[in-house]
Amino acid sequence: MSTSARYWREIPQRYRLEAAKCTSCGKIYFPPRLTCRACGKREFETVVLPDTGKLVTYTVIRVAPTEFSDQAPYAVGVAELDNGVRLTAQVADVDFDELKPGMPLKIEFRRVRDEGEAGILCYGYKFVPLR
Amino acid sequence: MEGSEVRMAGIIGYGAYMPRNRIKVEEIAKVWGADAPSYKRGLMLQEKSVPSPDQDTITMAVEATKYALKRAGIDPVKIGAVYVGSESHPYAVKPSGTVLAEAIGAVPEAHCADFEFACKAGSEAMFVCMGLVDGGKIEYGLAVGADTSQGAPGDALEYSAAAGAASFIIGKNDGVAKVVETYSFMTDTPDFWRRSYMHYPRHAGRFTGEPAYFKHVTGCANGIMQKVGMKPEDFAYAVFHQPNGKFPMRVGKMLGFKKEQIEPGWLSPTLGNTYSGSSPMGLTATLDVAKPGDMILMVSYGSGSGSDGFVYQVTDRIDKVRDVAPKTREKLDSDKVYIDYGTYAKYRRKIRMGE
Amino acid sequence: MHALEPGRMPWPGSLARHPGGFEAVNWTRQLRREQMRDVAVIGVGMQKWGELWEKPLRDVFTESALLAIDDAGVDKIEAMYIGCMSSGLFAGQEHIGSLMADYLGVAPIPSLRVETACASGGAAFRQAIFDVGVGAHDIVLAGGVEKMTDVDGGGATYALSTAADSEYEVYHGVTFPGLYAMMAVAHMDRYGTTRDQLAHVSVKNHKNGAKNAHAQYPFEVTLDQVKNAVMIADPLTILDCSPITDGAAAAIVCPLDMAKDLSSNMPIKVLGSGHATDTIALHDREDIAWLSAVEEAGAQAYKQAGLTPSDIDFVEVHDCFTIAEICVIEALGFFERGKGGTGAESGETHMGGRIPVNPSGGLKSKGHPVGATGVAQIVEVTRQLRGECGDRQCPDAKIGMAQNMGGTGGSSVVHILGTV
Repeated sequence: MSTSARYWREIPQRYRLEAAKCTSCGKIYFPPRLTCRACGKREFETVVLPDTGKLVTYTVIRVAPTEFSDQAPYAVGVAELDNGVRLTAQVADVDFDELKPGMPLKIEFRRVRDEGEAGILCYGYKFVPLR
Repeated sequence: MEGSEVRMAGIIGYGAYMPRNRIKVEEIAKVWGADAPSYKRGLMLQEKSVPSPDQDTITMAVEATKYALKRAGIDPVKIGAVYVGSESHPYAVKPSGTVLAEAIGAVPEAHCADFEFACKAGSEAMFVCMGLVDGGKIEYGLAVGADTSQGAPGDALEYSAAAGAASFIIGKNDGVAKVVETYSFMTDTPDFWRRSYMHYPRHAGRFTGEPAYFKHVTGCANGIMQKVGMKPEDFAYAVFHQPNGKFPMRVGKMLGFKKEQIEPGWLSPTLGNTYSGSSPMGLTATLDVAKPGDMILMVSYGSGSGSDGFVYQVTDRIDKVRDVAPKTREKLDSDKVYIDYGTYAKYRRKIRMGE
Repeated sequence: MHALEPGRMPWPGSLARHPGGFEAVNWTRQLRREQMRDVAVIGVGMQKWGELWEKPLRDVFTESALLAIDDAGVDKIEAMYIGCMSSGLFAGQEHIGSLMADYLGVAPIPSLRVETACASGGAAFRQAIFDVGVGAHDIVLAGGVEKMTDVDGGGATYALSTAADSEYEVYHGVTFPGLYAMMAVAHMDRYGTTRDQLAHVSVKNHKNGAKNAHAQYPFEVTLDQVKNAVMIADPLTILDCSPITDGAAAAIVCPLDMAKDLSSNMPIKVLGSGHATDTIALHDREDIAWLSAVEEAGAQAYKQAGLTPSDIDFVEVHDCFTIAEICVIEALGFFERGKGGTGAESGETHMGGRIPVNPSGGLKSKGHPVGATGVAQIVEVTRQLRGECGDRQCPDAKIGMAQNMGGTGGSSVVHILGTV
């Protein structure tokens, strides 16, 4: 359930993959945070995540939450992007048999969910196989 | 043409995107008891692209624009106008262009508007960007033609209504193709329309041919050729709006063009009609094979009715950027997966779901 | 012990990795051990769990609380901690500290809801033992409750999903079974754990639960039934997943040296307690196939009790999904890293095996009313240690462990209890 403000403030992350890099120890956070988990410092600079990586683990969701029920079955996975940052998203345009840890992926902009018939449309990143 | 170089806008970058899913004419015909071979012959169509539920005009516009940006090699923050033309904008009220602008980082200093005019909404976005660049109002403009149009189940349009996007970055310098001239030809002709709250468009049958498509495409093509003082044989290529496989070939012949001039941009037999993406995508496929110095004629068509015409001259820079992003016909031919009618109906939200 | 300067907060990060080791950041040590009283469990209670259509949230809790009070034989309680993940989302009711104190007839005692997703019950028990340990009160009720059937399937799925990362996991359509399925795929890919090994956990727990009068699903299942059941998120079928359940459980704790005066039950001593957190999102874990919050909470409990895994006679673990049990028994040190899959398959974690796991039937067979689970584990451990479990009895049980977990391992609470 995404209300406008909740959706809108994550746009730099969902649309442009903007992350925060600790200026002290270099650890990258996606989404950005206020304090570095590794070194405790509080200064960051904006970095954009790379749009390619590989699949770390995955599953196929067959019983979906209500907002996604018309998309089931769909694959989801954790991917590790080229700079080591990991994130979770659906894996689109893939045969479920193709899924395996290590498969190369790239990021595409997709329509992630609709807030019902009359609510806002929510966009964001998904993984697609790098063919 | 030499003297107007200083003023001349050009295509700096281009890109196209289509979903992977395809459905064959036979698969649709089977469900409605229609005669597939005669549809295939009559419309010169084999299969069309189908968007997945997570793809729409906006998502395809973003992906096509990423390719255009790769070829343009510019910082998106410099884009001064973002226009998306479509007849299937995801919202009835709320622009597609703002989502595209955010996704590529062209916010906040850019003019944004959504365009519509049936299938010529993409070309008119290009037309307006060119004018703004020529007039010195913006440094770069982004024009996208994208659609995920629907055809009513069992109707002739269901065989051709497809999904795709083409994106162009227009600017003054370092173009891959200079815009030599633009022209537009338009009348009020109710050949194809959709009323508010109706799911599917309606069309006027055979009236969509001669008084609509052919009148405006030939009117526009002849008009622009006269304006620049050129004849069909002066062009290396011609791209016409492609509602099916047959019409662009027929109008080309009527105007005096050869098949070979039209073929590189002739995507509809295996792509379908991508509506606002139609002639724009045809242009990207043509640029993928064009050589420096080639002249290209492009004439779009939007029901209602009107045609936008463009004459382009390809520059040396095409050789440097052509391969930097996927080529349209390569993607069309190689990266695809076939679906059945049930999956197609599910993806296109034609099935009535529980409340 | 490395003393911490007064007032200085230890920086977030794994306790095990802190340069000072556990001593430097273990808050319970800061309370100075000599002043903490030993705590005993003197009463436990829970009703039969299931879809309790006729009972509202307030009665589900009160019923089990009364069973525990009666079991202890006390005539009052002085404070109450109630584990509950989300009475707000499931039943439209917050403020249950007050609601339950009212309906149990014990207002104006202090009463508080404790929440850390599915580890809420274990956390409530931990708060209760701190309360008694520092001398704030002498007779405290630690309870847990969840009423999950007042919302439909979609509503329950949504409420449970709030234990994951709502903007960076749930937003993308990942479900709880989906997250654990990804953990399973990672474990299977890295260590060769098999589909059968997962299914064996379900078979074992159902076999144990078939003998538990309070279980939601007291029947056995076969390996084939588990593998061929409806697929929820590959490779987990519905029989790899714990169910949606209504239920509550409660325990009464008091200072050990008052136990004999307050109750005729054999006092069961709290030997160790541990609580740790980890990243909320699965993708931010150091190792997706390892539960480091469980490892840390377990290590704290072992250290406080002065025990090692081989001293534990049996353990109740948080088998929300079959893969969870496999990962937990590795993190608690009962199996080598990567070898947890052999536990149920080989018989080592069966009744009579080297380390019986989930003699109650676990979450799988007993049910999983989210906030109540951690307290129900304490109920089972207490009854086992008292020797009251009949044909589910672990023979000569002297030391038992209960491990409770929130989300995909974002938090875990571990307790070790023993006979006196």
